[in-house]
Amino acid sequence: MDFELSEDQVALADGVRSFCEGRFPMATVRALADDHGVDRDRWRELGDLGLFSLLLAAAAGGAEGGWADAVVAFEELGRALVPGPLVWTQLLAGTVPGAATGEAIVAGIDRADPSGIVEFPDRLDHLAVVDDAGIWLVPAGDLVVELLRPLDPLTPVARLTAPLPQGDLILDAEAAARLRIHGAALTSALLLGSSQASAALAVAYAKERQQFGRPIGAFQAMKHLLADTFTRAEIARGAVYAAGVTLDDPAVGSAERAVAAAKLTAAEAALANAKTCIQVHGGMGFTWEIDAHLYLKRAYALEPAFGTRDEWADVMADVLDQTA
Amino acid sequence: MDLRYSESEERFRKELREWLAGALPTLPPKPPADAWDDRRDYDTGWQRKLFDAGYAGISWPVEYGGRGATLVEQLVYLEETTRAGAPYVGVNFVGTLHAGPTIMTEASPEQKDEHLPRILRGEEVWCQGFSEPNAGSDLGSLTCRGVRDGDEYVVTGQKIWTTYAQIADWCELLIRTDPEAPKHKGITWVMFPMGTPGIEIRPINTITGTSEFSEVFFDEARVPVANRVGAENDGWRVAMVTFGFERGTAFVSDLVETDRLISELVTLARLVTRGSATAWDDVALRREVGHLQAEMDALWAMTKRNLSQAARHGVPGPAGSVMKVAYSELFQRVTDLAMRILERGGLSMEDVGDWPSGIFVEERLRSTSFTIAAGTSQIQRNIIAERILGLPRE
Repeated sequence: MDFELSEDQVALADGVRSFCEGRFPMATVRALADDHGVDRDRWRELGDLGLFSLLLAAAAGGAEGGWADAVVAFEELGRALVPGPLVWTQLLAGTVPGAATGEAIVAGIDRADPSGIVEFPDRLDHLAVVDDAGIWLVPAGDLVVELLRPLDPLTPVARLTAPLPQGDLILDAEAAARLRIHGAALTSALLLGSSQASAALAVAYAKERQQFGRPIGAFQAMKHLLADTFTRAEIARGAVYAAGVTLDDPAVGSAERAVAAAKLTAAEAALANAKTCIQVHGGMGFTWEIDAHLYLKRAYALEPAFGTRDEWADVMADVLDQTA
Repeated sequence: MDLRYSESEERFRKELREWLAGALPTLPPKPPADAWDDRRDYDTGWQRKLFDAGYAGISWPVEYGGRGATLVEQLVYLEETTRAGAPYVGVNFVGTLHAGPTIMTEASPEQKDEHLPRILRGEEVWCQGFSEPNAGSDLGSLTCRGVRDGDEYVVTGQKIWTTYAQIADWCELLIRTDPEAPKHKGITWVMFPMGTPGIEIRPINTITGTSEFSEVFFDEARVPVANRVGAENDGWRVAMVTFGFERGTAFVSDLVETDRLISELVTLARLVTRGSATAWDDVALRREVGHLQAEMDALWAMTKRNLSQAARHGVPGPAGSVMKVAYSELFQRVTDLAMRILERGGLSMEDVGDWPSGIFVEERLRSTSFTIAAGTSQIQRNIIAERILGLPRE
């Protein structure tokens, strides 16, 4: 047993991180709010980087990586708040032509979703629709939607105003169930990354901001808030990595259970750390100018993806039901 | 990243499991909480069995008679013994996990020869004389005096929260030998025989109704200078060297206990009726249990990460304080939830009918100490903030 990142995984994380620092600095990310959340050139760069083909076979142009590698990479994307339907595009890279290279952009929705909310409506090539039969692919041009003002400025949304077209069946129900677990794992990794970024932003501000003649981070009331951000992120990190490893090696445990732990703790860490980040910034935390709100909004946007915390808690309880 | 145990680790697990299956049924019945002499016999008897089977001092180096197990083997050992319901380290805690390792690292060859084999065989029980009424979180401000008189120190003062004082043979004792020096520079670490005249032990009755802890009063009690470990006035450093001894495995047993308690909570919830259904049929309750188990599993994963870091780099990650804060609060939430499930069943410290409820009520009370003992959650958060996040001191 060795639960440290391998050398390759460290290199992968470093590579994705420096790519994000170069191509998705916060100024660029923020500017994407005026560009429907996704810039096609930069999306193709993500494809060129090999991000979407990470898990594909070499014959399909992939890196033959595992889920443990994928969560490590997605943690970095989450840290940088890279916007776009990253998880769906990754999940369907081997199924939807062009997704692996960043040519095709694809997001997803449950057919029964009562909100009818579609993410990145102006940038999608396809919408993946999940129902009991499996996953169906609908051309984005066939959707009838009205744009809504988004919670997360970097996750533009629209509401379906006409019934979803049936589309073409691309994956059966069994594959769809697997995809949901994988999607939850990758979403957890994004949430993990963002929980660390908002924690780091809060800590940096607490060291710099002076009140009563000293940095506010010297006060225990602040220290305890900030210590908890670190603790939450560390807890989530163990769970997210374990989910990746368990998906690659089912012999070490139940994938459902590992992913449930990852989704629950990572969503909790991302939401709570973003709230703390705003609180520590005081009045500035309430401004559009400070990035703190972007972490909170992204966390809210990602929390329901591929199963809410409560849904995964129910899964966990069912697992316990069978074992306890 | 690899969560698979190697063949030799699996073999270690299998052998241990087989040995436990044979050894545990030979144990006498567990003595009641306040039968101190019996508890000593029970715990040291188990220690002797471990010694004879080659499992005593699992983390101790081979040169001191230990098993010299790898960190992963230590994890497996703690996991398997806790799961099998083997006796906890109990009265051997300070000897095997604190005083022993301190002696190993800092004591003279004669001192090592005298104490280490006896600790391993369960022949010597140790307690810890560190905390004082006015030196808790701020341990460095301790004032129990040790005045040099020829080849003896004359000890006068008071210690508190000394676990198993009433049945210990030895105490790892911190005394103030230079009251003029800065507070961390005037402390000395001595091995104090508990049979020494001039000490009085007063057990403290705790909120669970038992007396694990005692106050120990010293009135000109004499201890030979030869019992000192390390240099005079260097005792703070001596006391600190072993705080990192259980590199990465410190909370393994506690986590396994927590995990088991959540499983038992499910069992309990199935037995407690709510109208025509049971508590476990309550969706909100199940969901809450699911949340707790998710955190539990995450902490288990964090343990494996810390352990892997310690194995690779020799030092654990920033884990100690993070783990302590997280696990102690999680455990309290689990027992809180049990009280909610029990409703009026929680009025009894003993099992109510066929409900295995007594343990939960007991643990609810006992676990209030988890966020206090060995560094309160507030002190732990200060440590995380200052030592890990680099925030300025207040």
